Amino acid sequence: MSAITIDGLTVDLDHVRILHAVSCAVSPGGWLALIGPNGAGKTTLLRAVAGLLPYRGAIVLDGADLGSLRGRGRARLIAYVPQIPVLPPDLTVQEYVLLGRTPYLGYLSSPGRADHQQAAEASQRLDVARFAGRRLASLSGGERQRVVLARALAQDPKVLLLDEPTSQLDIGYQQQVLELVDDLRRSRGVTVVSTLHDLTQASQYAGHLVLLSDGRVEAAGPPPAVLTQDLIARVYAARVTVTADPAGHPVITPQRPPPAPPDASAPPGAS
Amino acid sequence: MTRTRGRRLRPAWVTRTRGRRLRPAWAYGVAVAFLAAATLVSALVGAADLNPLDTITALVHLPSGLSPLDRAVLFQIRLPRITVAIMVGGLLSVAGAGYQGVFRNPLVDSGMLGASAGAGLGATLAIVYLGSTGTAAVPVAAFAGSLAGVAIAYLSGAVGGSGTATLLLAGVAVGLFLTAVQTYILQRSAQDLQQVYSWLLGSLSGATWQQAAEILPYAAVSVTVVLLHGRHLDVLSVGDEEARALGLHPGRVRLVVVAACALAAASAVAVSGLIGFVGIVVPHVVRRLAGPSYRLVLPLSLLTGAGFLVLADTLARTVVSPAELPIGVVTALVGAPVFVWILRSTAAVRT
Repeated sequence: MSAITIDGLTVDLDHVRILHAVSCAVSPGGWLALIGPNGAGKTTLLRAVAGLLPYRGAIVLDGADLGSLRGRGRARLIAYVPQIPVLPPDLTVQEYVLLGRTPYLGYLSSPGRADHQQAAEASQRLDVARFAGRRLASLSGGERQRVVLARALAQDPKVLLLDEPTSQLDIGYQQQVLELVDDLRRSRGVTVVSTLHDLTQASQYAGHLVLLSDGRVEAAGPPPAVLTQDLIARVYAARVTVTADPAGHPVITPQRPPPAPPDASAPPGAS
Repeated sequence: MTRTRGRRLRPAWVTRTRGRRLRPAWAYGVAVAFLAAATLVSALVGAADLNPLDTITALVHLPSGLSPLDRAVLFQIRLPRITVAIMVGGLLSVAGAGYQGVFRNPLVDSGMLGASAGAGLGATLAIVYLGSTGTAAVPVAAFAGSLAGVAIAYLSGAVGGSGTATLLLAGVAVGLFLTAVQTYILQRSAQDLQQVYSWLLGSLSGATWQQAAEILPYAAVSVTVVLLHGRHLDVLSVGDEEARALGLHPGRVRLVVVAACALAAASAVAVSGLIGFVGIVVPHVVRRLAGPSYRLVLPLSLLTGAGFLVLADTLARTVVSPAELPIGVVTALVGAPVFVWILRSTAAVRT
């Protein structure tokens, strides 16, 4: 199980500062959810951890700074699932999951028996092995997301970075995918860092939340400490009430503004 | 697992692909058989009628009933031409498939990125300005022009950004520019029009063993390099960002594969002139039969492209016999309709 510590992470894109000295940490085998309004820098933070962006500051995994680690070395530790993964339509599930073994292959070598074995295990783990021969174009939304997770798992990473893993899914598949991720976290000790739009889901699945706003950490801590009515009102300019589900996780319910004073257009008799 | 509803899970790692896709061994078998059949047909057909049985025995180096004249036709005229056709077809197809992998676009051809335009300008310069020595210099000029065209396109595209679209657009711009220069030179020296155009349309009519030997080193190196990158092109198919997250260096792979493809295409152009569509049509047919993985598409394109061009050349020299059709016309007649068909079938996927 691996711990990540991010210290003073600063990222500029096209001369615009996206992240301002962000610091946060995930405990070994934990789940950190990055929340915050659109454009807060959540995806940028994930991409920096994945090594896809130049950054200043330190990203430390189990005591080792990842800054010097590029390419295959980094890819063996960290798997990254973007919000909308590119799925080549004619590739089969099997071929696609096998791509997860790329970080373990030498420049001119091909996947061997052990790589096929790993890919097969990952596919079974996410229940996609039974349609391993199907083309990616033929998969449903939920199947796609599981196949992408299988590829990430075939990478045998210590850290799983998920950018909005549920944004394309209906509520049933959202729960299924989040439960699968939580299962991987518990059974394999994979540390998870994800962005999540849905605050209630973030509170139910992540042990630790970091609320980003304009590239700065606005609040961090366990869900009940971060998901307060006042903070959400201030950062998101949203009107919500915060209650708790039976397990004690905060539940965020959007509220409409109070009704306007009665006006003439209301049909007579309506109350 | 709410959605599986207790359906029994098959434990094994299922390798069978749904849909009609040939197993790799079968695909190789079909491609080799196609090339062998094309070679045999081409060796037998032509102005001089050779006895099929004698020809086959001669081909496998056994004493045969062929007359000395027939032997000369076979070994000094047809076989060198077939050999050059095999090399050119294989090179153009591998280069096309390689470019398609690098640019993630099935419509990219071996002549894009300024390669054909550069070769055309090189050949035109040699024919117009080098006079009688020009004819001998055409292959070298075309080879150099082709490589120079790609180099200019690559450098100007790399300046504008790292994206593949930028690179392709730079290739189009460089191609148009070089073609404009070439047209201007031609317009000022109309007496060379015929010679330049017959080169532009492509022909293998002057193929010799020497030509085959001259391009062999470049062909061998470029094809080897491209074939070794099939797996990298598969990884690139998920996009630069995800490929990088998997530990690949997309820019490096792109540079190596583009350089090797440019060398392959330039070697082909040097001995054959401009032959279009092979690099698009062949990899597309291969993909339909064997799936999209470049670990299969590249070697199968090499074999199938070789067979395709041998057949195309056989048509070129027999259809209007004793005259010859330019082989570029033959491949275009087949290729243009297929190109449109690809456009239509991929447009549906992309939108």
